[in-house]
Amino acid sequence: MYSSQMLDFIKTVEATREDRFKNEPRRLDANEKQALLKEFHPDHRDSGFGTIEVGNNKGEKAPVELVELLHANSRIKGIKFDFDSPKYDVDVLIIGGGGAGASAAIEAKKAGANVMIATKLRMGDANSTMAEGGIQAADNENDSPQQHYLDSMGGGHYANKPELLKRLVMDGPDAIHWLENLGVMFDKKTDGSMVTFPGGGLSRNRLHACADYTGLEITRVLINEVRNLDVPIVDFTAALELIMDDKGKVAGAVLMNMLTGEYVIAKAKTVIVATGGAGRLHYHGFPTTNHYGATADGLILAYRVGASLLYQDTIQYHPTGVAYPTQLFGALVTEKVRSIGAQLVNIEGEAFVHPLETRDVVSSAIIRECGQRKKGITTPDGAGVWLDTPLIVKKSGASMIEKSIPGILKMFLNYGIDIRKLPILMYPTFHYQNGGIDIEKGGHTKEVQNLFMAGEVVGGIHGRNRLLGNSMLDVVVFGRHAGKAAAEAAKTTTIGKLTLNHVDEYTRKLKDAGIDNDKTSPLLLPNYVRKLHKA
Amino acid sequence: MDTANVNVKLSEFAKVFFDGKPYDVPAELTIMTAMEYAGYRLVRGCGCRHGFCGACATIYRIEGKSPVHFALACQQKVEDGMYVATLPFFPLDRRTYDMEEITPDNQTMMQIFPEIFGCVACNSCTKSCSKGLNTMQYIAYAKRNDLKKCAETSFDCVSCGICSARCPANISHSLVGLLARRLSAKYLTPKSAHTHMRTKDIADGKFDDEINKIMRMPMDDIKKLYDTREIEK
Repeated sequence: MYSSQMLDFIKTVEATREDRFKNEPRRLDANEKQALLKEFHPDHRDSGFGTIEVGNNKGEKAPVELVELLHANSRIKGIKFDFDSPKYDVDVLIIGGGGAGASAAIEAKKAGANVMIATKLRMGDANSTMAEGGIQAADNENDSPQQHYLDSMGGGHYANKPELLKRLVMDGPDAIHWLENLGVMFDKKTDGSMVTFPGGGLSRNRLHACADYTGLEITRVLINEVRNLDVPIVDFTAALELIMDDKGKVAGAVLMNMLTGEYVIAKAKTVIVATGGAGRLHYHGFPTTNHYGATADGLILAYRVGASLLYQDTIQYHPTGVAYPTQLFGALVTEKVRSIGAQLVNIEGEAFVHPLETRDVVSSAIIRECGQRKKGITTPDGAGVWLDTPLIVKKSGASMIEKSIPGILKMFLNYGIDIRKLPILMYPTFHYQNGGIDIEKGGHTKEVQNLFMAGEVVGGIHGRNRLLGNSMLDVVVFGRHAGKAAAEAAKTTTIGKLTLNHVDEYTRKLKDAGIDNDKTSPLLLPNYVRKLHKA
Repeated sequence: MDTANVNVKLSEFAKVFFDGKPYDVPAELTIMTAMEYAGYRLVRGCGCRHGFCGACATIYRIEGKSPVHFALACQQKVEDGMYVATLPFFPLDRRTYDMEEITPDNQTMMQIFPEIFGCVACNSCTKSCSKGLNTMQYIAYAKRNDLKKCAETSFDCVSCGICSARCPANISHSLVGLLARRLSAKYLTPKSAHTHMRTKDIADGKFDDEINKIMRMPMDDIKKLYDTREIEK
C-alpha cells in the first residue's frame, strides 16, 4: 500500500484527471523525438559502453557488461573432449526452450528431422512466457503488411533489415492462423474475429492478445505441442560452446548439466540458437523485466564461431517498469495499459508525453521527468511517474481493466493497490535487446554454415527500437522458419571431423589484443548471492 | 536510480527459516530475493522471477501457527517467523495427444485424464493454488466436459504444481486445464475469418507488389510516409 505522502500526491493526479480526459497530450514531431532521445535515452549516454577488441565487430561500441563477456575466457579452455561417442547425435539441435525454440522444434519435427532441444533452465523459462501485451499481425481489413512494415521501419529508426522485416510482416497473419489452429485462446469477438488493440507507434489496431497473458498462453501451447510430438527436451543443460567440423560448419555443442556440472556432447547436422536476450546483464544498472537466464549466452556462442553482432549497442527500456512497491521493482506493466487509455502523469498532475509514442521516446520522457525536470515521485528505490490507470475506468469502465489486464490488476492487488481506483508508479526497466546476431533472410548467419538463429538473440528485424507485439511475432515467424530451414539443410549435410579449434583461435585473438583476465563466459546465470537484489 | 543494487535504508529485518535454518533478512524482500540475500545460489526453483512461469512453488508456515500457506517465492514478501520449503519440481503425469485427431466430445477428457473422476472434492487444490484459482471448480467443469468454462477458470494457471502435490486423487490439474483450453480454442470457438482470408491473400501474392514497392522506396520517401501517416483512433 502507498505511504500517506504518496496518497497525498495522488490527489493531484485526481484533480487533473477530468481535464486530461478531455485533452490528450499531443504527439511529438520527428525532430522533437530525435532531440529527446539524444539527450535522455540510455543508448546515447557516454558512460556504460566499451569497445569490442576482437572478432568481426572489433572497434565497435557495446555495453560494458557485454564487452566483458565477449572478452572473457571460454568455460572449456584447456579441456579435451572425446568426440567419438557423443551422448546425442541428431539432425537439428535447438539451444533454448522459449517460444522461438519451441516453434522451431515443431516445424523441424514436422519436416521429418530428428530434433532435440537443450535448455539451460526449464522448458518455458523464457521471456516469451512473460510477454503480456500481445502479438502483432496485419490481418484486419483496414490494415496491410506494407502498413505494418512502415510502422516497424519508422519505430526502428529506419535501421531494420528490409528482407527480415518483410518476412516478419508477410508471415504475420499466417503465424496467428497457425497459433489459432494449435488452440491458442486469443481474445475474440463472438463471431470468431480477433479483438485487436492499438499500441505505441502503431497506425492501426493490430495487437492481438490473450488477456495480459499473451506470451504465457502462446508459449505453453507451443511447449505442449513439442511434447506431443515427442521431441526430446534436455532441460537444465546449458550450451558452453558450439562445436564445428573441419570444413568450418557448425556441428553441435558442448553442453553442461547445470545441476551436476557434467559435460555432455551433442553432435548435430545443424544448430538453431534461440537463447533469447540479455536483461540479466543489467546494462547501465537498470532492473529488468527478463527471466533469470537472460544473460546473452547465444551472442557469445555465435560470436566465438565467427558470426557478427548487429546493433549490439541498442537496448529497449520498457517505459512502464514497476517503481513501487519494491517487491515488484523493475517488473513489466504491459504497454496495453496505455493502449486502453492510461496516461503518464508527473508530480504536478501533468500528462507530459503522449502515452502511445514508441517505447524509446516514452522512456526518455520519463527519465527526463524524473531527472532534469525533477517532476518525479520519490520512491524507496529511486523515483517514478504515475501511470493513471483509473483513467481507463473513466473511459471504458472497470470491466475493461478486469477483462484486458487481469494479471496487472492482480499483481498490484497482492500489494494492496487497486489500480481501478489508484494510479501506479513507473520507471523504465531493461526489457529487450534490439540488436543481436546478424542473420540472412534464410535465418542463418552469413559467416558460418549450418548455424541458424531465432528469437531475441537475432538483431536487425526491429532496427534500433522494437514495437510492442513484434517480438512475440518474431519468435513465432523466425522460430518456425529456422526450424524448417535447419531441417532442410540437415538433409544435405555430412559432418566432418569435430573440432573446437575456433575456441583456441578466439583465445589467441584475445591474447593478441592484449586482453588477459580470469573471467569466463557465457555467463549462464546472474550472481545475486548475498546481494540486496530486488526482483 | 538506474541501479539494481541500490543502497536503501534497512529499517526492518525478518527472521525466516529456509529448510529449517534461520536467517535474518531485510523485511521488504520476497522469499526468492531473501534466499539469495542469505546466500543461496538458485538454479532450480527460479525462473521468470515475475510470477508467470511457476518455477518457484513454495510452501510455508508461520512459527507457532497451524495453517500451511502456498505461494510463488518471487511474489511473496517474507514475514517474521516464516518456515519455508520450496517445491522446485513435481512429477506431473503427462499424456500426449494429437490435436488433429481428438475432438471436444465427452470421451476425450475421460480417455486422456481419467483420474479426474477420482476427485474426492476435498478442495485441497483450490486451497493451495498459488494464483488463487478455483482449481477444484475447473476440474469439475472438465468432468462434465464443459471445456469452455474449464478453459476460462484455469486460464491464469502457471503450472507451479502445488495442487498436484496436494491432490489425493493424483490429478495433474494444470495439464487438464491446458487440454481444455486447447480444445476450447481450437474446436469450440469460431475461427477468425479475416485472419484466414489475409493469410490466403498473402500466399496468393496479392500483397507482393505493395510490399516490394515500399521496400524499394528511397528512405526519405519512407520517412515522409511515416511522419504523415494517419493513425487509427
